[in-house]
Amino acid sequence: MLSAQVVIKKYVLYVRLDGELDQYTVEGLRTRIVELMEKYQIKYLVINCEQLRFMDSSGVGFIIGRYNRLKKKAGAVVLCAMNEHINRLVQLSGLHRICVIKKNEEEADKFLGVA
Amino acid sequence: MDNFVEMRFSAKLRNVVFARAAAAAFLLEHNLRLSVVNEIKTIVSEAVTNAIVHGYFENEKETVYMCLELAGERLTIKVVDTGAGIEDIEKAREPLYSTRDFEERAGLGFTIMDIFSDELTVLSAPGEGTTIIAVKNIELEAV
Repeated sequence: MLSAQVVIKKYVLYVRLDGELDQYTVEGLRTRIVELMEKYQIKYLVINCEQLRFMDSSGVGFIIGRYNRLKKKAGAVVLCAMNEHINRLVQLSGLHRICVIKKNEEEADKFLGVA
Repeated sequence: MDNFVEMRFSAKLRNVVFARAAAAAFLLEHNLRLSVVNEIKTIVSEAVTNAIVHGYFENEKETVYMCLELAGERLTIKVVDTGAGIEDIEKAREPLYSTRDFEERAGLGFTIMDIFSDELTVLSAPGEGTTIIAVKNIELEAV
């Protein structure tokens, strides 16, 4: 079970995840996010993990996929408000080396200059 | 305190959440640290997803078997499919290796299971399916 609230500000797509991100829930999320990213010519994807309780390697795959897309547009993926479990997975998978990590959405906004 | 449960369920991706929750419920009375519970849930999630996606190619008519056994402070998680099997187990266990790149898999399933378990055994043969046995030593509170 996963729900995602999305907000678009200029070229930034904010995705606030609530629930568990696994192979089952990632499919619908991917379809929706890919569509929005194309439609609004998104350069930065901010994934707010505050309410994300669980993630496995399916979620890592999803983030790598979005990173690869945005890298071509000189954009970035920003991960914020991760709990201990999500953060551990991010470190283990090396995502912290390719994504921008911020404490919360405000910090992400400051980084992106869209506040 | 020793305990054992086993279950069989359809090879549907929606059942991965069931398998994770079952593992968490199995250990609930022991009040394990959240980080340990999350590691166990992740092992289950990776193993069951592997069985459904790589063993059965998401054929929902197939069945995944899972059992959990607690003996002292030793938790054993066993996930079995009788599907496609793995050609090269060593290769499958390498970080970032994925047979199905086009689907954006991170190829990290086995690596994560390796890191989160104390012992990980993968038994597999092409056409005969895969058995994943993960052992995790957990500290139980003295009662």
